[in-house]
Amino acid sequence: MRVVGKPLAKVDARAKVTGSTLYADDLIFPGTLFCKLLRSPHPYARIKHMDLNAAKAVEGVVAVITGNDLPVKYGILPISQDEHALESEKVRYVGDPVAAVAAVDEETAALAAEKIRVEYEVLDPVTSIEEALSEPVDEPIHDYGGPSNIHKMAALSFGNLEAGFAEADHIREDVFFYGGNTHLPMEEHSAIATYVDGKLTLWSSTQTPHYVHRAVSKVMGLPMSAIRVVATPHGGGFGGKTDPFSHEMAVCKLAMVTGKPVKCTLTREEVFYAHRGRHPVLMWVRTGMKRNGRITAMHFKTALDGGAYGSYGVATLFYTGALQTTTYDIPAYRFEGARVFTNKAPCGPKRGHGTPQPRFALELHLDKMAEDLGLDPVEVRRRNYVKPNTTTVNWLRITSCGLEEITDRVLQASSYVNRQRAVGHGMGFAVSSYLCGAGLPIYWNSLPHSECLIKLDRGGVTVYCGATDIGQGSDTVIATVVAEELGLWPSDIRLVTGDTGFAPVDLGSYSSRVTFMAGNAALDAARKLRNLIAEVAAESMGCSPGEIEVGDGKFGTLSFEEAAQLAQERFGAISTTGSYRPPDLAGPYKGSGVGPSPAYSYSAAVVDIDVDPETGIIKVNKVWLAHDIGRSINPVSVRGQVEGGVYMGLGEALMEEQAYRKALPKQPSMLDYKSLTSIDMPEVETILVETNDPEGPYGAKEVGQGPLLPVVPAVVSAVHDALGVWIDQVPVTPDKIMKALDAKTKGQAPRFGPKSFPDIAYPQYVKVDTPHVATQAI
Amino acid sequence: MLRLRPFRYLRPMGAEEAAAMVAEFDGEAMLVAGGTDLVPKLKRRQMEPSILVGISHLEELRSLRSTPEGGMEIGAAITLAEVARDPALSAQYPGYAQAASLVSTPPLRNLGTIGGNLMVDTRCNYYDMTYEWRQAAGFCLKKDGDACRVAPARPHCWAVSSSDTAPVAIALDATAVLAGPEGRREVPVESLYQDDGIHYTTKQPYEVVTSLHFPPRAGWRSSYVKLRRRGSIDFPIGGAAVALAIEGDRIIDSKIVLSGVASHPVVAVGAASYLVGHSLDPELVAEVADHAAKPVKPLDNADLAYTWRKRMVKWLVTQAIYEAGK
Amino acid sequence: MSDSVIASFDVNGRSREVLVKSYHTLLEILREDLGLTGTKHGCELGECGACTVLVDGLPQLSCLLLPHQVEGKEITTIEGLAGSGDELHPLQEAFVETGAVQCGYCTPSMLLTAKALLEENPSPGRQEIAEALSGNLCRCTGYEAITRAVELAATRMEA
Ligand SMILES: Cc1cc2nc3c(=O)[nH]c(=O)nc-3n(C[C@H](O)[C@H](O)[C@H](O)COP(=O)(O)OP(=O)(O)OC[C@H]3O[C@@H](n4cnc5c(N)ncnc54)[C@H](O)[C@@H]3O)c2cc1C
Ligand code: SF4
Ligand code: FES
Ligand code: FES
Repeated sequence: MRVVGKPLAKVDARAKVTGSTLYADDLIFPGTLFCKLLRSPHPYARIKHMDLNAAKAVEGVVAVITGNDLPVKYGILPISQDEHALESEKVRYVGDPVAAVAAVDEETAALAAEKIRVEYEVLDPVTSIEEALSEPVDEPIHDYGGPSNIHKMAALSFGNLEAGFAEADHIREDVFFYGGNTHLPMEEHSAIATYVDGKLTLWSSTQTPHYVHRAVSKVMGLPMSAIRVVATPHGGGFGGKTDPFSHEMAVCKLAMVTGKPVKCTLTREEVFYAHRGRHPVLMWVRTGMKRNGRITAMHFKTALDGGAYGSYGVATLFYTGALQTTTYDIPAYRFEGARVFTNKAPCGPKRGHGTPQPRFALELHLDKMAEDLGLDPVEVRRRNYVKPNTTTVNWLRITSCGLEEITDRVLQASSYVNRQRAVGHGMGFAVSSYLCGAGLPIYWNSLPHSECLIKLDRGGVTVYCGATDIGQGSDTVIATVVAEELGLWPSDIRLVTGDTGFAPVDLGSYSSRVTFMAGNAALDAARKLRNLIAEVAAESMGCSPGEIEVGDGKFGTLSFEEAAQLAQERFGAISTTGSYRPPDLAGPYKGSGVGPSPAYSYSAAVVDIDVDPETGIIKVNKVWLAHDIGRSINPVSVRGQVEGGVYMGLGEALMEEQAYRKALPKQPSMLDYKSLTSIDMPEVETILVETNDPEGPYGAKEVGQGPLLPVVPAVVSAVHDALGVWIDQVPVTPDKIMKALDAKTKGQAPRFGPKSFPDIAYPQYVKVDTPHVATQAI
Repeated sequence: MLRLRPFRYLRPMGAEEAAAMVAEFDGEAMLVAGGTDLVPKLKRRQMEPSILVGISHLEELRSLRSTPEGGMEIGAAITLAEVARDPALSAQYPGYAQAASLVSTPPLRNLGTIGGNLMVDTRCNYYDMTYEWRQAAGFCLKKDGDACRVAPARPHCWAVSSSDTAPVAIALDATAVLAGPEGRREVPVESLYQDDGIHYTTKQPYEVVTSLHFPPRAGWRSSYVKLRRRGSIDFPIGGAAVALAIEGDRIIDSKIVLSGVASHPVVAVGAASYLVGHSLDPELVAEVADHAAKPVKPLDNADLAYTWRKRMVKWLVTQAIYEAGK
Repeated sequence: MSDSVIASFDVNGRSREVLVKSYHTLLEILREDLGLTGTKHGCELGECGACTVLVDGLPQLSCLLLPHQVEGKEITTIEGLAGSGDELHPLQEAFVETGAVQCGYCTPSMLLTAKALLEENPSPGRQEIAEALSGNLCRCTGYEAITRAVELAATRMEA
């Protein structure tokens, strides 16, 4: 490999260090108008009347629109099209937009928005999972789902659960709660639209231009061909910019109404209202185990606080039950889950989408079972690890799997086994697994998930692909793949990405799919181009194409440019295309769409902490993270993703929380929503393990999300190691530790966490046959 | 982008003129030094002055020197960063330099002044919010509303004094020079504060703090220990300043002042007196810390559980005493 | 026009006089009046550090600075870090090489803050770097690669 695997600079880094990268809010066109949204101050209310006159009278105001101008509903999932860009009948959370103003500058727009008079009839807000499960005081938040304010339920059962539990020597139940948190990208969401000659163009800091394209088309009533959505360089996403948003719809509509470019940039507080962050999840798990640590059966229940709208919630719900089996071979497994609506900012996907919560519960639950049985927690895990090339009880296909190796490596590097034992010092270990892209698209169809087009013109190579670089480095991956095949440097490749007007579709930067899927599409297109050029070069050199050595800017003895020109002389204009669609992986049952992936990445973490028994304050000393990357296309980028994932995992474990005062976000600012500063961040040692996935591009797998997952339980496990108390609820704030220590002193259960799991009337579970007998002896 | 509402900015030639300007536009004008406290609050519309009177450019507010008696004079417009890195200050008043170095973040400390830090507005997480948020939550007594959201029983504001440097200045018996339109007066820093989250200072709104005077403190040790969630950015949710005069291994004088626990820096008079005449043995320190912490009653208007903040006061005092006694 | 003032200061070595609103912050003036969009914003309240610029060589938060406060001062933004031509500043080189840039949104503020640090302390340790950067939040990198970049640049600049 000439460029794959080399620590090369990212292709977009130079512009970023010189300040010349143009993010959405940096864009401005002559005559641009500025838009401000008016948002609801009530968590739940009916809109009785709106008076726009005073706002329209403000000098400098060009247009004011309301829900009447945007009556069509949308939503990211086909099954929950439940949002209006601007609500005209009912608001469902504090911050729900009801009107939009376009004016000559942002100050005028803000002033005018404030002058809009809205008469509300305030309703009784639903603020917790418990309230959402019980009979509502007022009407349910939405007119679908139910009973009460339940949005969606799931119930699946694989294998013979009862028999599994009957076989167990030990059965244990635990309850956990994972607090909600948010993405907090450094860049506030921003979008700007123009409407020229009947064509609408939207530049937006979105991770999913294709889905925004679809939604804009639906809401504006324009064919997709009349719309171009450009994902601008991104100031951070982490899942927070994967839904179509009100401000995007508003600028499109306002551009159409006024004929002027219209821009809207959210304030930080509005970003907290737009949210789509990590769901708070209450969890109950019951596991049966043999005396030797082998799992016989597991029953997992979840309840998700979804906030006010559907968003990705149905997928999130299924994800809370899907990936328990991709690390552990569970012979019989039942999952029951419910997502409820509450009058809080809508939750959605955040790095790890629906899986950090159950991972946290599962890993700690296994620690506790090991403790009960007097077994080593690492050994208990090893006894149950899935093996490569197997199928899980819920029909997930496992191919490459480096669990054993990452475990060995992380334990060795951290000296976990021989750790120093002292009160106040602790180490924790956990493992996890994540998808390399969802096996199914959001809109079920048989189209490719990623498409790529390469144009060769007089020796210049331009790659067109819908993939969206959100800072994770996907442009660099695509350029590297193409450069590798064509014997060039990544910096030689011109990229047109994230632009639905020019590039063929890629579904977007979510579910860790880009390296795997866009990488494979680019590989496909690049190989076709390489073959074309090699064929002509071979002819001119009098050898066979297979003998042509490609690299260092050369095709055999010809320079790349010479070879490319020969090819163009022969074939005329040249472009090649490539595409990727994952194999059909869904199991034979309803609900099997969430969980399958062409490959799974694996991560293992060890966290070393000091925790002061007098204060409960935690100091993280070091984190070791071993990750099964399949193969790293760019080790610098991969390491960056690992470190960033560890950082975010530590944040979620220690402090990040989207907390509420009843239904009002308690801390919608960067000061009050706590995220780690450089001083709080420990050293991270990254260990990369290459398992060479058979289907990944050059064997590569994902790294964008996986490394966050084991960090959270590892922190809690380390607290237990240090003080002998369990904190079954994140974030693990010092007050929780002190409460657990108090309980311990009083002789009560040495823990802090939820006491019970509510009685939820889950539907009768779908009974699914196992794909095979257990892979390992029980 | 969150922006400021319009105001006029005046640039006086001296402290007296500044005071006169504020006095003239009574209620309409406010002083601004670094603006690191004021500007965010204006953006959130917690105050709505139509005139700002700038003072950070005034050379007379920028002294930093030893006094003939052996103390120090620090101009009010000296920045927190300048205080933190001044060797003479750190040598004689390590607690003060330490407190300045722990305020917020490095870029903010390059702008924020010590005068502004003394006068920093009291804080409450029902109040330090945007206009829109406060509207959604219901406005409170301190701005636009008529009841306290934290403790509605009484028409009193419990917003928390959150200055890091004020408690140390008090522990070191510093005085402040105040300039009014008519002239200057010098008062103990301790007397600048009162138990009212709204009218937290006894100073007239137009009076300009021109400088702080620290008495000689050779033979004294001082410390400041701050409680906050992160290693940077955050305001104190508790803090303890301790000054000890030590002879041999005996304490001959002491002062303990708490921050972040009430609407004013709290001087633990009784507790500090216990130390006098003794050396620092753990039992005594624990007793003193206990005594200092007992009257403190944090409320649910700052970060983290107030019950935990309450129990942390004792720990803070203990740490600060040992730190000073080192 | 009573709320408009003429602000005069140096930006990246060039003296500028701009008619601005007295209540516009330096952040708005740089981005909107002078078109220097390399300076970013993440909160506009002094809480995130993204808007950091150098004022007379010291990192300060442009979202808090009023025009009068920068009167006659020298301001350096990210656009002025490299100097003229194609050459990058050693810090910029190091950021590119070590992967200290992910989304790049915090990068201008990190680079300027690091520049001021190295001017004051040419060979800072890990802890000193962490202290110096602790007012600039980054959500992507976990600060690790940024720290390595500053170390690398320091070594090269010392040599
Ligand atoms: C994100 C963030 C974090 C912060 N963290 C901390 C912290 O940890 N600890 C802390 O103590 N502070 C903190 N602050 C508050 C503030 O930045 C500091 O207190 C700073 O020292 C204020 O100084 P300044 O010159 O900027 O004050 P300004 O904002 O200019 O003024 C603050 C107040 O003091 C008055 N004032 C200023 N100077 C004088 C004077 N000479 N005479 C009379 N009145 C005057 C003003 O009228 C105003 O009411 C933080 C602020 C922010 C935005
Ligand atoms: S303590 Fe009460 S009155 Fe004072 S700011 Fe807070 S809510 Fe308002
Ligand atoms: S934008 Fe200035 S500190 Fe956040
Ligand atoms: S690189 Fe994205 S915020 Fe720092």
